[in-house]
Amino acid sequence: MTTLTLPHRGVPLLAVAMLGTAAWLVGWFVNLPAANWLAYDVLALERGSHLGDAVAFFLYDAPKVLLLLTGVVTLVSFLRSFVSPERVRRALAGRGTAPGTVAAAGFGVVTPFCSCSAVPLFIGFVEAGVPLGVTFAFLVASPMVNEVALVLLWGLFGPGIALAYMAAGLSVAIVAGLVIGHLGLERYVEDYVWKIRTGVAIGELRPTLEERVGEAWRSTVDIVRRVLPFVLAGIAVGALIHGFVPTELVVSVGGRDNPVAVPALVVLGVPLYSNAAGTIPIVEALIGKGLPLGSALAFMMAVTALSVPELVILRRVMKPRLIATFVAVVATGILLVGYGFNLFVA
Amino acid sequence: MRLIEVLGAGCQKCQYVEKVVREVVDAAGIEAEVRHVTDYGEIAARGVLSTPGLAIDGTVVAAGRIPTREQVAAWLGVS
Repeated sequence: MTTLTLPHRGVPLLAVAMLGTAAWLVGWFVNLPAANWLAYDVLALERGSHLGDAVAFFLYDAPKVLLLLTGVVTLVSFLRSFVSPERVRRALAGRGTAPGTVAAAGFGVVTPFCSCSAVPLFIGFVEAGVPLGVTFAFLVASPMVNEVALVLLWGLFGPGIALAYMAAGLSVAIVAGLVIGHLGLERYVEDYVWKIRTGVAIGELRPTLEERVGEAWRSTVDIVRRVLPFVLAGIAVGALIHGFVPTELVVSVGGRDNPVAVPALVVLGVPLYSNAAGTIPIVEALIGKGLPLGSALAFMMAVTALSVPELVILRRVMKPRLIATFVAVVATGILLVGYGFNLFVA
Repeated sequence: MRLIEVLGAGCQKCQYVEKVVREVVDAAGIEAEVRHVTDYGEIAARGVLSTPGLAIDGTVVAAGRIPTREQVAAWLGVS
């Protein structure tokens, strides 16, 4: 196991940050020419051929996505050192249902979430008096709408789609939270959860700027290393789609004229366990082949917001009835988003 | 005798925290019991919402991240 090196104490923070930024920008601008040169000159693949296009797509997309990920995750990890789940819980505990639900979905965007933390998080929220619906809004928004998804969408499709995805994701989380809160399902939370008395949260030390930057960098390395396999697999699948899948097929199966396309994509997405980072390259290739935006967004949301491993973990604190309701409510929201975008966005 | 508890349900990061802690303890040559708390109820009861968490002598000092060796050493007062 290698230890992660931090900037030395002697080296000024500003210099490290500027060098890093410069290296990043160089990488960003040489990426496209380098990919084309590698694919068409070094490997001598033919321009416009299936294989050539697939390889060039992979060589261009892999570094691009990696650059985007590293850059943005570093930035967000730094900002994130100011928002912890413990603080979010404190902020949410005193609010009314409606404002609390909206705030919880918002917090979900910026708060790190790993499915292995879902259970302590759920118990901690519920115990602190955060209403069930508010807790669910957070649980839905957190894996679905996050900085990685947002930035990749922004970088690959532009701000319009990125903001549309964010708005749609937040809406699904808020509506799901309000609906679940309204249904009064507290009795379907496992009984032992209510008996736990949570202790006082940790005494939070205020880290120095240098510690925050160091922490941000280490968590970036950690996050990128964790999502990279997903991203590369996603890009490889995307490259195959890009090079080999005929546009007519995508349009006829997933297009607007096929009314079951959206639910079919949602059903397909649930058992796929990936995160936003792995899904987006596939979605990029599918949209390039003519998949309507709504269907694409619905697929992405299903993959990220509803995953089988997370449901299995949540079973430890929720009775089956509550899990089923959760899945049904979120899936309905995703379907509405899919149909809505297909209907109203050209 | 110090009591060091790693709070986490056995995920990869939690194993890593335990490794870091053991290295620091061994290097400093202090007597400590390193325990792994895997019960979700107990983790939440300690006020930890994001794993891995680390508690020293019953006080939670970190949550949701992997502390560095230097930080662990400082918490143990051996740096």
